[in-house]
Amino acid sequence: MARLTGFLVMLVVASSLGVVASQHQARKLYTAVEREQQRSHQLEVEWGQLQLEQSTWAAHARIEKLAREKLAMRPPQSGQIIAIEERP
Amino acid sequence: MKKVKKGVTFNHNPLLRSELSAWRPRFVLLCLLGGSLALVGRAAYLQGVHDQFLQAKGESRYARVLEVPATRGKITDRQGDVLAVSSPVKSVWAIPEDARLDPSQTRQLAGLLEVGVNELNQKLSSEKDFIYLKRQVSPELADRIAALKLPGIHDQREYRRFYPGGDVMAHVLGFTGVDDKGQEGIELAFESQLAGKPGSRRVVKDRRGNVVEDVQSIRLPQDGREVALSIDNKIQYLAHAALKQAMNDHKAKAGGVVVLDAKTGEVLALANAPTYNPNNRVKLTGDQLRNRALTDTFEPGSTMKPFTAAMALDKGKVTANTIINCAPGRMTIGSATISDAHPHGALSVAQVIQKSSNIGAAKMALSFPPETMWKMLDDLGFGSPLKLGFPGEVGGRLRPAKAWRPIEQATMSYGHGMSVNLMQMANAYQVFARDGDLVPLSLSRLDAPPVHGTRVFSPQTAREVRQMLELVVQQGGTAPQASVPGYRVGGKTGTAMKLVGGRYAHKYVASFVGIAPISDPRLIVAVMIDEPSNGKHYGGDVAAPIFSQVTAGALRSLGVAPDAPLKPLQVARQGASQPVVREAM
Repeated sequence: MARLTGFLVMLVVASSLGVVASQHQARKLYTAVEREQQRSHQLEVEWGQLQLEQSTWAAHARIEKLAREKLAMRPPQSGQIIAIEERP
Repeated sequence: MKKVKKGVTFNHNPLLRSELSAWRPRFVLLCLLGGSLALVGRAAYLQGVHDQFLQAKGESRYARVLEVPATRGKITDRQGDVLAVSSPVKSVWAIPEDARLDPSQTRQLAGLLEVGVNELNQKLSSEKDFIYLKRQVSPELADRIAALKLPGIHDQREYRRFYPGGDVMAHVLGFTGVDDKGQEGIELAFESQLAGKPGSRRVVKDRRGNVVEDVQSIRLPQDGREVALSIDNKIQYLAHAALKQAMNDHKAKAGGVVVLDAKTGEVLALANAPTYNPNNRVKLTGDQLRNRALTDTFEPGSTMKPFTAAMALDKGKVTANTIINCAPGRMTIGSATISDAHPHGALSVAQVIQKSSNIGAAKMALSFPPETMWKMLDDLGFGSPLKLGFPGEVGGRLRPAKAWRPIEQATMSYGHGMSVNLMQMANAYQVFARDGDLVPLSLSRLDAPPVHGTRVFSPQTAREVRQMLELVVQQGGTAPQASVPGYRVGGKTGTAMKLVGGRYAHKYVASFVGIAPISDPRLIVAVMIDEPSNGKHYGGDVAAPIFSQVTAGALRSLGVAPDAPLKPLQVARQGASQPVVREAM
């Protein structure tokens, strides 16, 4: 009888230690999730900023200016455009 | 010894012999009982009655309610290019009472905030409990200010809207206020979709401030939805650039360009001048802010004539070759006289459009009862707003048919005595581009084109009028400058005198509304220039070149196959040096 009691007490102690450990583990994991979520939010913000930057660099006004001034380009005259017709 | 032993037992010590009365031990006992009862009572009170307050107090030591921010949705063009995006910024604020800074700290802060030291001191000596020192500064700057660890100076996170398109898109997009809420344009029109709803949640934090447990989500944050507009970034830029150029060349007061996709009713471009930079709205005036294409009306002038001709054709009163006598270039109706800018003799219906004869249009209109004409104009969407959902949209003026006098019916046949906005004008030209029907316009990108339109004219009529519109841009028409090399295009010029204080003054609105390509219309382009004052004021001289420029670029950008005869191109290839300009005729 006393043996059984001792055994059960040990089980109880072990399981309670397990509860403590798993609770700690859960909290640690939760913190990690939290950190990753924050990172994902930050990355989203950065994505927006990069899109913004891309749009600014790719603004048609800027491209036209560069093409005309730096690269000395101009729109083709009508005679210089050759249309290729696709035959079905 | 024996005597001693016998004499003193503890019980019988005479000194200790109890002389106490019986109530005293009972009293002590009662006190103890009372004390423990009080403790039990107090414990019960704290546990049972007062528990909520205490639990809340306890929880507040470790639980926090966090605000979860939500971002405002992006606005993109039809290809997905970003036109407006919210980015986090910080606002620096202070509690003046706590902010006791020594002069060197003040100088440092003023330097970082780019304000004068005096100005800053003045702000900090204010009586208020809370003042903003500067709103919407970059996060890096805010971090540098926070690193100074100044007492009473704080920052808070906010969002700011950025518009990479700048003045090109200003009128379409509008802008948001400091609180990230839409105030103009699409930002206001689509506010409910774009706006995010910040959420909040209750969490448990540990000693180091890490969140260790989510207790409950009070409100989930909802990010604003992305809005894809029907606008094509490239065509919008073409329209904007052409308009800007023309504004300079003609010293005009204002102007607008609208480009529609004739197949779907989507608005591909909507440019206005004067414009502004939405990223820097310091010196903004109401004049720059107006989205004229939607909020301002003008008398359209001759751009209305094709509708008059279409009505006459549709009801079988005339054919394209019916001759109308327009001599001698003037006509008296009641007490008023109307006249042509250049007198013509006998003209066919097609020539009335080509040469833009007022008399010809008036004669066609007067063969109908006012109700028929009113019905047609109403079907075309004149006189009531288009309901694009844009703030401040107007419907123009179209009086009920009962109130029309014959002279009014005559003048309305060539676009006077009524008013429209530029978008309505472009909208109505759909009937010619879409073989007689009209679909609702859309500012947001459509996944599928609308199935049915409202039929206003028969397809036959629409095609006939389209042929007439093509004549306008050919030699002998009013707008040869509207032609586009490589494509068959058509349109109609408009030159209307402006009403100033109830009288026609020598100020003009030059306009051109056109369709391209004629063989299978894809685009409708409407151009309006208000008060061109550099010598030229005819629609054919002022607005038509803008049409040509925008249409040429837009057709190329959309990859529309040229439909003009190919022969001149081949000729041009042989003599490669000299480009042929007018082969499309």
